[in-house]
Amino acid sequence: MSETETKNHDEALELVAFCVGDQEYCVHIMSVREIRGWTKETSLPLTPPFVRGVINLRGSVVPVIDLASRLGLEQTKPSARHVIIIMQIGEQAVGLVVDAVSDILTILKEKIQPTPDVSSEAARGFVEGVLAMEERMINLLDLSTVLPRDTIEGIAA
Amino acid sequence: MDSMAEIKQTFFQECDDLLGELETGLIDMEGGDGDCETVAAIFRAVHSIKGGAGAFGLDKLVAFAHIFETTLDEVRADRLEATPEVLSVLLRSSDVLADLVRAAQNDEELGDDATAGLVEELSAFVGDKAGAADEAPAGGEDISFAPLGTAIDLDDAFGDLDDVEENQSFTIKFRPMPELYANANETVLLFRNLAQMGDVTVACDESQIPTLDEIDPEGAYLAWTIIVHTSHSKDELLEIFEFVEDDCTLEITSEEPSDDADEPELADDEALPVEEESPPAKADRAPDEAASGDDVASEDNVVSLVEKKEKPAAKEQASKEKDTSDATIRVNLGRIDRLVNLVGELVINQAMLTQGVIDAGLERGDSVEAGLEELKQLTREIQDSVMAIRAQPVKALFQRMSRIVREAARATEKSVHLVMEGEMTEVDKTVVERLADPLTHMIRNAVDHGLEKAETRIANGKPAEGTVSLTAAHRSGRVVIEVSDDGAGINRERVRNIAIEKGLISEEDKLSDSDIDNLLFMPGFSTVEKVSNLSGRGVGMDVVKRAIQAVGGRIMISSQPGKGSTFSISLPLTLAILDGMVVEVADQTLVVPLTAIVETLKPTPSDTHELGAGSKVISIRGEFIPVIDAGLTMGYRAEPADPLTGVVLSVETEDGARAAVIVDTIQDQRQVVIKSLEENYGHVDSVAAATILGDGRIALILDVDAIIAREGEALSFHENSLAATG
Repeated sequence: MSETETKNHDEALELVAFCVGDQEYCVHIMSVREIRGWTKETSLPLTPPFVRGVINLRGSVVPVIDLASRLGLEQTKPSARHVIIIMQIGEQAVGLVVDAVSDILTILKEKIQPTPDVSSEAARGFVEGVLAMEERMINLLDLSTVLPRDTIEGIAA
Repeated sequence: MDSMAEIKQTFFQECDDLLGELETGLIDMEGGDGDCETVAAIFRAVHSIKGGAGAFGLDKLVAFAHIFETTLDEVRADRLEATPEVLSVLLRSSDVLADLVRAAQNDEELGDDATAGLVEELSAFVGDKAGAADEAPAGGEDISFAPLGTAIDLDDAFGDLDDVEENQSFTIKFRPMPELYANANETVLLFRNLAQMGDVTVACDESQIPTLDEIDPEGAYLAWTIIVHTSHSKDELLEIFEFVEDDCTLEITSEEPSDDADEPELADDEALPVEEESPPAKADRAPDEAASGDDVASEDNVVSLVEKKEKPAAKEQASKEKDTSDATIRVNLGRIDRLVNLVGELVINQAMLTQGVIDAGLERGDSVEAGLEELKQLTREIQDSVMAIRAQPVKALFQRMSRIVREAARATEKSVHLVMEGEMTEVDKTVVERLADPLTHMIRNAVDHGLEKAETRIANGKPAEGTVSLTAAHRSGRVVIEVSDDGAGINRERVRNIAIEKGLISEEDKLSDSDIDNLLFMPGFSTVEKVSNLSGRGVGMDVVKRAIQAVGGRIMISSQPGKGSTFSISLPLTLAILDGMVVEVADQTLVVPLTAIVETLKPTPSDTHELGAGSKVISIRGEFIPVIDAGLTMGYRAEPADPLTGVVLSVETEDGARAAVIVDTIQDQRQVVIKSLEENYGHVDSVAAATILGDGRIALILDVDAIIAREGEALSFHENSLAATG
């Protein structure tokens, strides 16, 4: 994300990595507000299927997105093992349901490679770049695309 | 924020109040309600702005305020009659003054051309002042305004007289009251300022100092007689005392060699015994003294800034005003918001506690239950009080609109009369603030599109002057604000044609009158062919509608051809808390606003009727009302529920549309705290907001109007017309 982009190329980035299905994604640690266990949401009517609903986060209403479903993977069947990562996206707080948080990484910025030209348009839209860690490939998530477009625009208007 | 910026901030806040007073006063005068006190009040407002602006070195503001003030002074002294022309210039001046204040607040520069024209017009009024100055008796009358606690009694005409090049001597008698010190003024500083204006001789009168055991450490016992030898005018000397004039007795007399009348009087004054106890005693004497001199000129030269007892009524009023101003404090809005939030949490917590007690299964009549009931009452009271803090009369907002009308009338060359009613109606501050833009737009529309040109009006047998009325009132738990005009009304034929032209509807669509009126709210609809510089800046009524919906309000139009149109906005009293009925639909908990519910009932088989394919109506006392299955509409279930197993909520929208909403069960009726969905997500159709229940879970608040409207569209209205606009 642009606000966490460092001016200095040598500067290290801190990322939080998590599992979605059998894939691994990561986000900038600064955009993570908190990580909490899964709680049952109140579903929102007439919303896309990947919007699971809203939860009460100490008095504020926070939407919860099923990241797997958003990325076009199989819909998550949440259980107590799942976690909700509360992200700060611009002015909004948004929860992402993921399978588990796997790692906290410190990498150099130039390690991030551009997203490979894969056929899945959807997947490419959500991935800002990829990085290789040992044998794993971790996708850097573009948070700005996670919420449904119209809600973001609706707020801007 | 450094302290200077903070003080400046306070100054701008005060300016807002003063500008409000100024405008109210001018409008009162325009309406013929203005008396001399009104004039004095507006004069005082402008004067205070000028004074404050001077302190912050806002030269442009000072310069304009000065000429404005001078003109007002002419009006105050009855030398300038407050004709409609004069008032119109004064009103526009108040607009410009407001602009200048705002520009200063934002550190912007306002172009000279904004003020230049008015300065000329104002100067023109003051121009024949030279002639007016000859009417010395008029100046004598001026003195009678002094009891109103106004700042300066000497008008500029006399200022000019005093403003002679050669040095003059003034004797200033100055006796501070304890309040002067309490307000953090310092006499030394005043003297220092005086010293900058010329040679100063200060004599201190210590005779009032009591013995040590009687001394009040916060009392004021010293008085001074200052003789100033200066080239400055009396007005300028007075300005030094501007901020302390209410807290002292002050007399400035000039010793003009040519005017002998002053001499004995002065001597008299000095000879007076110094054991006067209280300042008012001295104040009482002042007019007598003035009267004792046969010479009118001497009377004019004695300035008393103390309220004289001759006009007890005026004084009473002044002190009353002071009382009310003392009784209010300025509080940072952030603190109130915090309090509102905390009360919101308290309401949730109280609900949780109640839930907990129920779950614990205590016996009825238990003391815990009684205590809980009391807590509930208290919570409600606290909440009402907190909401009352946030409530503000719509007056300030309405006042801004009078300016909009003036500007719009000028731009369109129409003559418009604005009628305001119910200005004291109180609404939540946030609502008031967010109403400003949509209301501005609606007022402009009313003047620009609503009212006809004067010729057309006369031809139609209406008065040439159009009337726009702006009213506010409380109606069944909501605030209703109406903007109406007595113009031509909505030209439905034209609206329809434009909508067809823009592809919003198709030729074949059969629309009722109110359907056509509502086309105005469609995005991309604008009836003006050419964009006027007033309204129609590409922002349509759809934006107005959205802005009003954003504060939980609704907007409706009613229009009569040839008679005019009325736009009414209905708003919730508060954005924070709502009385709602907690219901369950398909295992989901929903809250239905109580204001929308007319009654609840259990339908019998004979009440329900099928109407066409899949549509049901229910008869309530002989009236057939469409049935809406909340579970189905909200997408909670795929199959319609049987109305007979559930409960029917008979609901009614603001514009009278009725529907029967089927829910599974009713759980409770209670207050809920409104939590915005927009903050972290966005608007969800059919959902007004969310709330947090006693168990900490979120429940959605149903938007009754939206589901009825949606149902209506699905049933009758053209769905493709909406698709085309979306």
